[in-house]
Amino acid sequence: MSYVEVSNVFQSYGTRPILERVSVTVEKGEFISIVGASGCGKSTFLRLLLAQERPTRGEIRIDGAPPAREPDRDRGVVFQRYSVFPHMTVRDNLVAAEALGANAAGYLFGQASRDARARADLALERIGLAHVAAQYPAALSGGMQQRLAIAQALAAKPKILLLDEPFGALDPGTRLKMHDFLRDMRAETGMTVFMVTHDLSEGFKLGDRVLVFDKIRWDPQNPEAYGATITYDFDARVALPPPAMLEEKTHVH
Amino acid sequence: MLVLIAYALGSEARRAVNPADKLLPAPTQIVETAQRLLTQSDKRSGDILFWKDTGASLRRLALGVGIAATLGLGFGLLIGLLPLVRAGLAPFVSVLSMIPPLAVLPILFIVLGLGEVSKVALIAIGITPFLIRDLSQRVAELPAEQIVKAQTLGATSLAIGLRVALPQIMPRLLQAVRLSLGSAWLFLIAAEAIAAENGLGYRIFLVRRYLAMDVILTYVIWITLLAFVIDWLLKRLTQRLYPWAGEGGL
Ligand SMILES: Nc1ncnc2c1ncn2[C@@H]1O[C@H](COP(=O)(O)OP(=O)(O)OP(=O)(O)O)[C@@H](O)[C@H]1O
Ligand SMILES: [Mg+2]
Repeated sequence: MSYVEVSNVFQSYGTRPILERVSVTVEKGEFISIVGASGCGKSTFLRLLLAQERPTRGEIRIDGAPPAREPDRDRGVVFQRYSVFPHMTVRDNLVAAEALGANAAGYLFGQASRDARARADLALERIGLAHVAAQYPAALSGGMQQRLAIAQALAAKPKILLLDEPFGALDPGTRLKMHDFLRDMRAETGMTVFMVTHDLSEGFKLGDRVLVFDKIRWDPQNPEAYGATITYDFDARVALPPPAMLEEKTHVH
Repeated sequence: MLVLIAYALGSEARRAVNPADKLLPAPTQIVETAQRLLTQSDKRSGDILFWKDTGASLRRLALGVGIAATLGLGFGLLIGLLPLVRAGLAPFVSVLSMIPPLAVLPILFIVLGLGEVSKVALIAIGITPFLIRDLSQRVAELPAEQIVKAQTLGATSLAIGLRVALPQIMPRLLQAVRLSLGSAWLFLIAAEAIAAENGLGYRIFLVRRYLAMDVILTYVIWITLLAFVIDWLLKRLTQRLYPWAGEGGL
């Protein structure tokens, strides 16, 4: 039995199918890149993994557990934007990763709070944000905010980490630095990662596998008649296919 | 400034015609009256009425606005965060906010008596619907990503309310209170004018009978000053407590 099992998942909004017959298994510690044309349902697939939505048909199991009904601590997530809490300092954002789920009210007190702060400071040291620990996220660059967001998600020790175009809003130089950062964090934690990206080379560079979402059936009269599914599952650890062939196969440019 | 000059000229002109004119007292006379009001104690009670009125009015205002703010915050969070509560309560609040509060005043006097409660209640009733609508709107506008993120960190609905939504709408609450203070004063003065034994509104409407413009003007200037200072204090408080809110929160 695999760590993540997606079995025959369909998702429709109203009568409009977005995903159909999506099945895939992922082993613990694998890094899965997800690519596909704009609007084909990549974020939808991530929302299903996140349990923010439940599939119309089929089911998703993580570590053998029954399908989740709501996002929980097993699933860490980083979006392109709004991924850290603007009203908390950088340090408090990391403390929140422990505090929010500590009890019903989401507050840590006394020694537990001091311990969490100490751990947060250690983590900030490691990710190079110690000097801005007392600042609010708005004062940080986009790259620093995303670094904080990734560290925050990992601090909750999820089973899988879901990234929806996490570097989509960053400039190319910052992106490259973020690639190294993400690689380091992953090497450290052995995390199982799903990352949606618009950038094929980024997907192949970081991923162990690259899943391509696309429609296999196409009705020219009614382009919305069918949903997308996984059309290719590349092994990104072996030599890359030539770019021209990739573009043709993935419809990503 | 222009207003002051215009006033001085107008007052001058009227008193040139009739030195006993009471409608536009000379600025010097207002200053004298103000000095008398601020320092002289009442013969019967020994209190300085001016400060007593101020204290009574500010207390009513603070209570009314405080209750409204608490209700606004509580219901704003519930309506904004929980779709079920929103479906049940939002239409109700919309209808409530259509009721002109002053029209309810007689009912309040009948039900709650002529004492403090009905005045505080009028202020609270007058501004609570606005606060609830404004704050629930703000809560609903929080990015869904933030709520989901909190869930993935293990937050319960309570924790999301307390630690994600509440702190983020606090600056907005202070701003909404600033916006509704004008109405709050209106309701306060109206309630005091009709039934009270003290208070700024009471005094103004009492001395109106003697055409004591100098007293009325002193009180009006004082109320304006109070309103201005309260607004300024709330603004400073927002900047102080919620530095992350930036200009967007003000
Ligand atoms: N809640 C929803 N209700 C109705 N339709 C939706 C909903 N969410 C997404 N869709 C539609 O589903 C389709 C797939 O959306 P999705 O966001 O998953 O695409 P995507 O592959 O992530 O696109 P992009 O590359 O632009 O991010 C889109 O056409 C979108 O309009
Ligand atoms: Mg998307």
